[in-house]
Amino acid sequence: MNTQALFGQLLIGLINGSFYALLSLGLAVIFGLLNIINFTHGAQYMIGAFVAYFLLNKAGLGYWWALVITPFAVGALGVIIERTMLSRLYKLDHLYGLLLTFGLALIFEGAFHHEFGSAGLPYSMPESLQGVQNLGFMYLPNYRAWVIVASLAICITTWFVIERTKLGAYLRAATENPSLVQAFGVNVPRMITLTYGAGVGLAALAGVFAAPIYQVSPLMGSSLIIVVFAVVVIGGMGSIMGSILTGFGLGIIEGLTKYFYPQASSTVIFVIMAIVLMIRPQGLFGQR
Amino acid sequence: MSEQAGDHQAHDPSWERRYERNAFIVLFVVFVAMPAFIYPRFGSQLLCFALFACAFNLLIGFGGLLSFGHSMFFGMSAYFCAYLAKSGLAIGAIGLKIPPFPVELAIVGAVLATAVLGLVTGLLAIKRQGIYFAMITLALAQMVYFFCLQAPFTGGEDGIQSVPRGKALGLFDLNDPLVMYYFVFVIFFAGFGLIHRIIHSPFGQVLKAIRENEPRAISLGYRTERYKLAAFVLSATLAGLAGAAKAIVAQNASLTDVHWSMSGEVVLMTLLGGMGTVFGPVVGALVIISMQFYLAELGSWVTITQGIIFVVCVLAFRRGIVGEIEAWLRKRRKPG
Repeated sequence: MNTQALFGQLLIGLINGSFYALLSLGLAVIFGLLNIINFTHGAQYMIGAFVAYFLLNKAGLGYWWALVITPFAVGALGVIIERTMLSRLYKLDHLYGLLLTFGLALIFEGAFHHEFGSAGLPYSMPESLQGVQNLGFMYLPNYRAWVIVASLAICITTWFVIERTKLGAYLRAATENPSLVQAFGVNVPRMITLTYGAGVGLAALAGVFAAPIYQVSPLMGSSLIIVVFAVVVIGGMGSIMGSILTGFGLGIIEGLTKYFYPQASSTVIFVIMAIVLMIRPQGLFGQR
Repeated sequence: MSEQAGDHQAHDPSWERRYERNAFIVLFVVFVAMPAFIYPRFGSQLLCFALFACAFNLLIGFGGLLSFGHSMFFGMSAYFCAYLAKSGLAIGAIGLKIPPFPVELAIVGAVLATAVLGLVTGLLAIKRQGIYFAMITLALAQMVYFFCLQAPFTGGEDGIQSVPRGKALGLFDLNDPLVMYYFVFVIFFAGFGLIHRIIHSPFGQVLKAIRENEPRAISLGYRTERYKLAAFVLSATLAGLAGAAKAIVAQNASLTDVHWSMSGEVVLMTLLGGMGTVFGPVVGALVIISMQFYLAELGSWVTITQGIIFVVCVLAFRRGIVGEIEAWLRKRRKPG
């Protein structure tokens, strides 16, 4: 057994898992309050990567600036989308939200594809995170270690905010019964808007993390988001911690599959989804 | 979906029947005459996609289930049909070897295989509803896509090319574009007629009841899961029929047919034409496929335009083209 390769795949699995966790977390937060599945999530992740690219190449602002600015910039785009379009759909069947966000994803991806073609644009790694650690059994690139640690930290912070703070308590209450929370004087529509913005910001942040690892390209989000949907179905959207654990767990399983049976690596998550649907249709952490 | 809910009830049934008959005659005449105005080859493709959209509409419009994975039935059936018509069937394990199928048998074989795929995926997908159902079907279709990318029989990136058309029933030479067109014409109206029968059968009525209020349908003693599964399999099978016909028309089957964007397109056709209307999907398919055909040089603009149509339909035009026309006709009939 080639341990070097095994740990290499595990590392890739953890990286992918970070993205699954970040993206499914954003989807779960949005779903909790808006009851829609945000199909634009993959496109917003892609836009995040592009914003980082523009900041570096047009404004000369590096990676760390991008990490701060991008979530707010793309989150603001999300706020506009919510205010002008999504907010008109809350009284209708939830499927209309899915259709609308699917259309928006097509528009964004089509527009970026029109401007930049399908070839990826390179985004260079920040200097402070270049280099590799020799751990004895494998080489660990610093940037990858940073992505794993940072996304874990963001996931846990999000979990903490939602489950352990007063703001989170309002959020959870509004998820259960929006009209009652509104009667207590909480501005629920504004909370919904900001929640959508925050979820979109998380997707954009994931995009910035991804920019130096994968190339920045218009279609980078579209196939990823389908895998993330499967992750969401497996975990169930009932719990924040559930999304995080499922995301990282499935990333690792995918990495292991790549090592032991590479032919199945692109389908393993979907196969797991099918098995979970047979045994526990509401998802591992979901409630009926 | 719930918005059309009220529309179907409060109307005079004899008027509804007359409307449907007249609209059907118009459709029939338009399709009979179509080769006089457009290329028969293009017309044949239009018919395939129109049938695909009708099959999809059976599930969303009458069962209330939004599938985002119908490309798997369309695309897999195209692969099955292309393979059977080109290479026949060889199963090494039991020493079975059949030479290339004649076209009609290739289509039947492909449709049967797709029905099995529909049954397997349907059993998984109907365990959840609404948004989850959409995500599950999308994920399953993506799995099928990756399978097609890797499986040897699909030809990977190349797909299956130059599928022979041969002679339908040994008599009609399908290499003549006009004969091909009327061959697909027959397939389309067979499928369309079947859907019409399904919608108006007691089974179709139960489906509508489930769409409107599932708990009540359960309390009336219906096993709603079985009805939904049956609707899913029927829809998948008819989508398979459209895919198989497409393989013969275009003489190929490729990854484009199983890609998720194909699922998105059929959703768009149905939404634009009018979900839950009998004729809407046909109109939607004609508009979308013509748009793709005439705007093909514009590249990404096709995608952008499709996205804009999605957004406009959802925000301002939820009944779709045919839905709006029907609403207008009804209002004109009964002022106030």
